Amino acid sequence: MRSGEVIQSVLSPAGAQAANIYHLWSVMLLVATVVFALTMALVVFALVHGIRGDAPSSERTLRRAVYVALALTVVILIGLLIESVWTGRNIASLHASSAVTIEVTGHQWWWEITYDDTVASRRVTTANEIHLPIGRPVVFKVTSRDVIHSFWVPNLHGKRDLIPGYITAIWLQADRAGTFRGQCAEFCGLQHAHMGFDVVAEPDADFVRWLDGRRQPARPPDSALEQRGHDVFMANRCAGCHTVQGTAAHGQVAPDLTHLATRLTIGAGTLPNTSEHLRAWVQDPQASKPGNQMPPNPLPPDDLEALLAYLETLR
Amino acid sequence: MTARLELPHAGEDLAMLEATWAEPRGFVGWCTHVDHKSIGRRYLVTAFAYFLVGGALAGLMRLQLSRPDNTWIGPDLYNQIFTTHGTTMMFLFAVPVMQALGVYFVPLMVGARGIAFPRLIAFSYWMYLFGGLFLFTSFLLNAGPDAGWFAYPPLTETLYSPSKRADVWAQLITFTEVASLAVAVSLITTVFKMRAPGMTLNRIPIFVWAQVVTSFMVLFAMPAVMLASTALILDRLVNTHFFDVEHAGDALLWQHLFWFFGHPEVYIIFIPGAGLVSMIITTFSRRHMFGYLAVVLSLVSTAFMGFGLWVHHMFATGLPQLGESFFTAASIMIAIPTGIQIFCWIATMWSGRIFVRTPMLWVLGFFAIFVCGGLSGVMLAAVPLNIQVHDTFFVVAHLHYVLIGGAIFPLFGAYYYWFPKITGRMLSERLGRSVFGLFFVGFNLTFFPMHVLGLHGMPRRVYTYPAALGWGSLNLAASIGALLMGFGVIVFIVDALRALRAGEVAADNPWGAGTLEWATSSPPPNSNFLRPPTVGGREPLWDNPVDQPTVVGLRADVRDVLVTHVLDAEPDHRVEFPEPSLWPLLTAIATTTMFIWSIFTPWGVVYGSVPVFIAMVGWFWPHRPDEGGTQPWPIRHRTLPLPNEAPASGGVI
Repeated sequence: MRSGEVIQSVLSPAGAQAANIYHLWSVMLLVATVVFALTMALVVFALVHGIRGDAPSSERTLRRAVYVALALTVVILIGLLIESVWTGRNIASLHASSAVTIEVTGHQWWWEITYDDTVASRRVTTANEIHLPIGRPVVFKVTSRDVIHSFWVPNLHGKRDLIPGYITAIWLQADRAGTFRGQCAEFCGLQHAHMGFDVVAEPDADFVRWLDGRRQPARPPDSALEQRGHDVFMANRCAGCHTVQGTAAHGQVAPDLTHLATRLTIGAGTLPNTSEHLRAWVQDPQASKPGNQMPPNPLPPDDLEALLAYLETLR
Repeated sequence: MTARLELPHAGEDLAMLEATWAEPRGFVGWCTHVDHKSIGRRYLVTAFAYFLVGGALAGLMRLQLSRPDNTWIGPDLYNQIFTTHGTTMMFLFAVPVMQALGVYFVPLMVGARGIAFPRLIAFSYWMYLFGGLFLFTSFLLNAGPDAGWFAYPPLTETLYSPSKRADVWAQLITFTEVASLAVAVSLITTVFKMRAPGMTLNRIPIFVWAQVVTSFMVLFAMPAVMLASTALILDRLVNTHFFDVEHAGDALLWQHLFWFFGHPEVYIIFIPGAGLVSMIITTFSRRHMFGYLAVVLSLVSTAFMGFGLWVHHMFATGLPQLGESFFTAASIMIAIPTGIQIFCWIATMWSGRIFVRTPMLWVLGFFAIFVCGGLSGVMLAAVPLNIQVHDTFFVVAHLHYVLIGGAIFPLFGAYYYWFPKITGRMLSERLGRSVFGLFFVGFNLTFFPMHVLGLHGMPRRVYTYPAALGWGSLNLAASIGALLMGFGVIVFIVDALRALRAGEVAADNPWGAGTLEWATSSPPPNSNFLRPPTVGGREPLWDNPVDQPTVVGLRADVRDVLVTHVLDAEPDHRVEFPEPSLWPLLTAIATTTMFIWSIFTPWGVVYGSVPVFIAMVGWFWPHRPDEGGTQPWPIRHRTLPLPNEAPASGGVI
């Protein structure tokens, strides 16, 4: 595997839950390897013994051997059961009052992310990118607006299904800084393959700064070009689906774009967030993510340039 | 040791007997067949054809995934491909092919002249055939199901699947349920009531036990999915709201119902495979199965436990931890009966006198692959690990290790083992080794890397993946492996076609096996056994004394069959079997019409049931006994007294 592996892998844990599960995996792998080797050795011995037609053991000896093997099997299985339940307890015992609460709502095919706050105006809504403080418990309250999705960041924890009609909570804690990738793990239709998101685990101070930044509405356009881009955004279909805080755009069916320019990827992890990709995406989102809900936007070149300039200001 | 059960006095009634049991010729005649060998052959060939279609679809998937960011196949088609692949392999191949072996071989292995309810079996076959054709036609018309083989709502509800694709899936389920329930009922009845005299419960061949256990599982598991798929169709057709969250329906209800069927389904596929392994090991070790009772009870307990662990498919939904632990324990403990069988197989081999032929090679391959799959199954039973690798390629790897390892390897072993019995020709040993080698290496190259891919975060059911995640090389390896497997299957087909035309002529019992299907000619005569055998041991051909009596007193001019008691197989009475009939086909056509019609309008159920009713009336129309055996006729329970038990020279019971 190349360098990319560590951002979306069970085998590179970055938090307590993933580390506990990784430990369980190591134990299981070891036991499974030994059991496999022993069983295969038995098969081969039995085969060779049987082909050579060596003196057959008495039924009584055979019965004893089977009993021993069976007893060993039962002991191993019970051991693994205990190990499994023990790991389950470890990864569940994280509840804490200082937890950051993040609501995750699945949509076909993107993630709506809301940072909860007792003060309604301090709530933050964003999309497809999650920031976490390291060393602090985080609780994700997950549900879905349409079909079943599954929330999964393998470096941090196992997955949890997003089921319409149900809100469930999953607790985790990141223990080292890093940027990880999550991906929908329950088949959810046409673009299940392109329903990713980014997770940035960072020191608490950085996280607080980031969250405060998300609370700011978009700054007004500075230049004529940006103003024109803003007008294009509002006059075309964009504002009907997307929200940009601080403007008239309050669409609810597509990702919040208030801080689009700071995101790592666009199209729910489909493309890196560069200006060329953004240009291509705005013009024809169906090219890289066919079937997604965003229509193509055949804008005049000048309008497109202005719109892109405006989107660049959404920091 | 391998005393053939010769008839004591062949005479003119032999010709009459064979004529009585002969099936009509010609195309229309062919449509009326009710002989279990004829139906079983069709079932096997059809299942194999569906296997090839499912395999070709898998090949397309591997083509698309062979490199990152691939655009050869778009998401719309890819989703249809993987759904149709899964649906085909589970519903149209793995379960039916095992039942097909049961249809052909169970009556032979219990020494019966036919299968119980032969017209029901014919009906089952036609429903199965039409169901498969319906699915593939839909696929070709761009209406193939596209929501995965477990079709979770709300994705399959009208709002998210407005086309007919989800209906096609749900209705295909109905087709296969009808077909497999019919076979299950027939097989249970055959084994319980039609065993050769002397074949007490503890002399039933293990493969036959496996078929009985599987059939009972079908009876209990299929209604759950029938309920679920019917509710889904109702949701889509007449706006009921079983699974519709917006209207107080419940999306999780589907998962409970589906997996209450879906997990037993895995054992419905594996248990016959285990039965095949027991049978092949017994024959090629030239000794009785070690621990017969333990193995049979293992099959039974696997069947029971199989119904108690469906929730391990739902660990990621967020259930209470205590509940999850229970299902973890159940899922881990089901390894115990499987372990018992594996140790008994090893003990049998250890104490046997093994000769290795192709069927045995497949069994050895089975050991390696199935044990690997079983161990990854234990991993998946652990909730913490499960929620990491659930719905990833790790699960894809696991399920192919258990299903291909546990069922397809024994199945190919059985193809080689029984091909001579069905066709009277031997498959090539040399080519058989090549097929095995290609398939074994190809299989592991395809599926082993998928474990790693899953651990490295690759979810299943994605039509493409970004190069940056580094999944490209292992996916390419998997695709190359798939090519090898496909090549192995092609060599198998070539060999089978060659053998049919010019293969070495098979002896009646080429492997020196001990069970009753080898006590008759290869291929078997119309009446299965010119003189039905009786049984003096677990492997009658090994254990029966030379002067073991055969059954007499059955008429040669009508399709007379002996019915025996459930427990000790003592003769009870005689039953006259049905003649060939066109009604099963007509009923199947009417039922198919109703099923497909009902996808488009609820009135299809109402009006469509009229032809079904008419066909059923035709099927069950009574005929007076004096019209003779040539009339279409349901099973006539004419209980006739058996001849007095006066053993003539080697003759009577």
